[in-house]
Amino acid sequence: MTAAAPPAAPPAAARRRGRGRGRAPVVGDLAVRLLLWGYAVVALAPLVLMLISSLRPEAELRADPLGLPTRPAFDNYVRAWVEADFGTYFLNSALVTVGAVLLGTAVAVLAAYVLGRYSFFGAGVLLAYLIAGLMIPIRLGIVPVFYLFNSLDLLDSLWGLLLVYAASGVPFAVFILTAFFRQVPAELAEAARIDGTGEFRLFAQIMLPQVRPALATVMLFQGIQLWNDFFFPLVLLRDSEKYTLPVGLTAFFTEYGLNQSLLYAGLVITTLPLVVLFVLATRQIVDGLTAGIGR
Amino acid sequence: MIRSARSSARSTRGRPPWWVLALFLAPALLLYSLFIVYPLVSALQYSLFTWQGTRPLGFAGLDNFTRLFSGVYGDRLWRAFGHNMVFFAGTMLVQTTFGLAFAVLLRRARWGRRFLQTAYVLPHLVSPIVVGYLWSLMLSPQFGAVNAALRAVGLDALAQPWTGDPALALPTLILVNAWQWIGFPMLLFSAALAGIPPEYEEAARVDGATAWRAFRHVTLPLLTPAIGIVTVLTFVGNMNILDLVYAMQGSQGAPAGATDVLGLLFYRTAFNNPDPGAIGQASALAVVMFLFIFGVSILATGYLRRKEAGLR
Repeated sequence: MTAAAPPAAPPAAARRRGRGRGRAPVVGDLAVRLLLWGYAVVALAPLVLMLISSLRPEAELRADPLGLPTRPAFDNYVRAWVEADFGTYFLNSALVTVGAVLLGTAVAVLAAYVLGRYSFFGAGVLLAYLIAGLMIPIRLGIVPVFYLFNSLDLLDSLWGLLLVYAASGVPFAVFILTAFFRQVPAELAEAARIDGTGEFRLFAQIMLPQVRPALATVMLFQGIQLWNDFFFPLVLLRDSEKYTLPVGLTAFFTEYGLNQSLLYAGLVITTLPLVVLFVLATRQIVDGLTAGIGR
Repeated sequence: MIRSARSSARSTRGRPPWWVLALFLAPALLLYSLFIVYPLVSALQYSLFTWQGTRPLGFAGLDNFTRLFSGVYGDRLWRAFGHNMVFFAGTMLVQTTFGLAFAVLLRRARWGRRFLQTAYVLPHLVSPIVVGYLWSLMLSPQFGAVNAALRAVGLDALAQPWTGDPALALPTLILVNAWQWIGFPMLLFSAALAGIPPEYEEAARVDGATAWRAFRHVTLPLLTPAIGIVTVLTFVGNMNILDLVYAMQGSQGAPAGATDVLGLLFYRTAFNNPDPGAIGQASALAVVMFLFIFGVSILATGYLRRKEAGLR
């Protein structure tokens, strides 16, 4: 599958392609490499600058925005975490994200199992209904959500946010997991049924482990989106004690906007968990992002 | 392939009783219907009523809709819509073109491919709010790193008030957005390219085609479905854009509305609006945006599917 020398290509042709055309391919190669590595610098430099700046005192940042830290000033982080409440925001974000991902995936995996394994009257319609949410900008329902929450006493509550978030993850999770449940060999379920395994044990002990890679993809993908979401907490939360990181950042920016070093520390605090997650689970995250392109 | 899998895996044989099926389905249906579907349906209902604060006064017909397009509000709406369109065009031009170019070039890169891919995708994982504030700081005229870097290499003339100049503000936003998103089309194109055997292009090369012609006439047509998907996703994303603009230019789309977009206008109409009929007006805007975004996506997807069928 990889680009390892294709034996089919006749050697004469290969030689003509490689050298016969003279210098042009070499120059072209160099230009391509320059472009690719040059853009890598463009992609990474702002993030590196963010990290470096978060370790520099305010006075130095103002004198020279491009310099290196003379000595790492971790007190930016201490101040951002304690004084500017980033500790609270971080905890709120973590609670809502983890809770919503667990709840959303749990309800979706149950539905996906039944929709992927059994055919029954209305199964197709139900699947289409659940997946339709993928194409719909759910933000446009925010006004009714606001008044629904108002009447359910869920306004300005992390529980309310958690519930909308969990619901928003259902379409993607059902879409991916149904496809995976379909691919589990039927023999597996039949063997278990002959042994007299009940439906719930069959699901929990035999089927669920089969879709574990897909579960990881779904949960990571949802987690990143929810961690970064800004619009729902902007509308649904009022009390700054309950803010998640993205809204906390805007509140912070209005209050401490002139203090760049603190702001950089806040940006790093918001970003770091995702970068760590990405490095640890690149495969699953990339699978989630490219789920729309079928093989 | 799907059909055969279906007949073997999905069967009525050994199907559990209906109440077990219902038990498995109920939690997802309940959660999704209550918090996603019901609000969207309610928005349609809200848009047809006259409102006094949070009290519906009576059936309004299409009054809320006609008010959207008239007077000062209509001007704002069309301006925001225009900005969304410029955003879409600019993003296709910059982000999709370069995303495709990087995917194609990376396919041949001998080493460092994984690292490069990771580097390009990394900004995509960062919250748009973080990206907005980070670039605001970097583009700040006095203390920003971008202008400092330009001056350091003697390009003082290029040091601009990037976010403050009404003529530059929107293009700057588009570029920052492209910086964040470019890894996404690149990944999608990479996935699509992985499904095209390299032998196709090699065969064309053996027949004497140049690298460009082999790409243009062999690989590019095979990428049509992927380009279609990326176009539709870019459209939906750009029509809904809000976070990045809010972080860089505030809820009014500064300077002087030069970066106002539909997402911001909708937010302001719903939650930052002294008009007692705000609910009806905001809901009408939501319905119009929904119909436009959903409608265009469906039409585009259908068109692409037909075209794809024609290619086979």
